[in-house]
Amino acid sequence: MSSKVAIVGVGCTKVGEHWDKSLRQLFLEASLKALEEADVDRVDAIYVGNMASATINFQQHLGALMADVMGMRGVDAVRVEAADASGSAAVHQAYMAIKSGQAQTVLVGGVEKLTDARPADVEYAAMMSERSEYVVYSGITIAGLNAIQTQLYMDRFNARYEDIVNFAVNDHRNAAGNPYAQFPFPITVERVLESPPVADPIRLFDTTAPADGAAALVLCPLETAKKLCDTPVVIEASVLATDGVNPYERDDVLTLTSTRVAAERAYRTAGITPRDVDVVEVHNTSSIMGVLALEDLGFVEKGQGWRFVAEGQIALNADLPTNTLGGLKARGHPWGATGVYQLVELTWQLRGEAGGNQVDGAEIGLAQSVGGLGATTVVHILRRWH
Amino acid sequence: MSAPAVRREIPYRYRLMGTKCLNCGALFHPPQRICPKCGSKDLVEEELAWRGRLVAYTVIRRPPKGYEDYKPYIVGLIELKDGKLILAQIVDCDIEEVRPGLKLEATFRRIREDGKSGIIEYGYKFRPVIEWNWQKKPNPEK
Ligand SMILES: [Zn+2]
Repeated sequence: MSSKVAIVGVGCTKVGEHWDKSLRQLFLEASLKALEEADVDRVDAIYVGNMASATINFQQHLGALMADVMGMRGVDAVRVEAADASGSAAVHQAYMAIKSGQAQTVLVGGVEKLTDARPADVEYAAMMSERSEYVVYSGITIAGLNAIQTQLYMDRFNARYEDIVNFAVNDHRNAAGNPYAQFPFPITVERVLESPPVADPIRLFDTTAPADGAAALVLCPLETAKKLCDTPVVIEASVLATDGVNPYERDDVLTLTSTRVAAERAYRTAGITPRDVDVVEVHNTSSIMGVLALEDLGFVEKGQGWRFVAEGQIALNADLPTNTLGGLKARGHPWGATGVYQLVELTWQLRGEAGGNQVDGAEIGLAQSVGGLGATTVVHILRRWH
Repeated sequence: MSAPAVRREIPYRYRLMGTKCLNCGALFHPPQRICPKCGSKDLVEEELAWRGRLVAYTVIRRPPKGYEDYKPYIVGLIELKDGKLILAQIVDCDIEEVRPGLKLEATFRRIREDGKSGIIEYGYKFRPVIEWNWQKKPNPEK
């Protein structure tokens, strides 16, 4: 059994509308970058994270398909699906493959291609993370579920929507410095509030937009990584936890229990506390999900997240730099790729390669990736290796 | 959507059948055979309460495929009288009039259609309870 797993190569495409690129081409572009960085031609296994290729792209069997695309016929390859946590769930599988000793070098790529579909089809595909016969059946959307959470949160904790949406504003500010971001420009709270309502009280500029994108990592045991590169980043913990799929059949609609469980296990495995974390990536399909994430990851008390965000404590130069390259709102949210983007970005931060968005002295990073409304959470803790 | 896929959900969609855990008392809709809260396998069928009150709501202005004709529509989180939370569309109520605390009752409605020749799905939506004063006889002259 390998002691530690390290990241030795990362790559991604720009998030956005890639009219001229297919699912395959996106995966290839991100993967080639990661393999070139790691200086590796062939791997023992490929894990592909993807949510919606069947419904949007009429394509399944992504393991074999991407192995073929990468010129690696014969390799062990499979697609991993956990709604919009598919990418991070794929990384979790790759981590376990190396930990078990079954594989030495692994390529993990998250890929999603949504802009070929009509918006109503994308909404429908997004809802496949929820209970099809009952929750989807009600006609609600992801933004709608986030809207109900937002309303309940405002009522219970006396928060205002204009405070909560500072999460989206922070994402946009950070995305302005990210050449791979879908929306690399700043916005204001006023701009969010003036944008059209999507699912009251949620406004368009507090939701994610359909996007294409792919991100990839090359993983190997730390002993190998030290020979391959000067700046390996170690995966100190990779934890996946689940919760009830119906958000309103959980103990508390405003607690992401899967996030709590995954985070507690991850902190214990990594031997750290939330205070040790220098840089964070969370899964904010709307601002409310970002606020709940900060609370359930243990960075701030339940009910205080909105204040923490409104006070600017998640800014690049503040206490807890969060979504430093734009997060789901502004880097973008190509579902099955998002969890891998988070880890690519944390790797840049921990290597000191985040350019104008660099968090000084970042040593430990945490990524929280969520499937649907929290039925799955994957937490990764990364550390710069000295 | 195939006919069997719709038919097998009829008890839950037309009659609000769920299950109740005899060990911890939790209610589930749709039914669970094993209680996800306490792990007990001791569950019985139970019809949910048809009345309740609105806890929170949203107005869907960008609907998913199959719901475009209804927009904008209200979807609410409803606490039934037996304590169960349920998510459903709120109908017979203007967007301007909907508010948390509103008393609601289940009503049988059309949910969606599968194109021009496919199945029409029915099920529960919720509407405001009309407070009826039974003492006051309707005026026959009106
Ligand atoms: Zn029970």
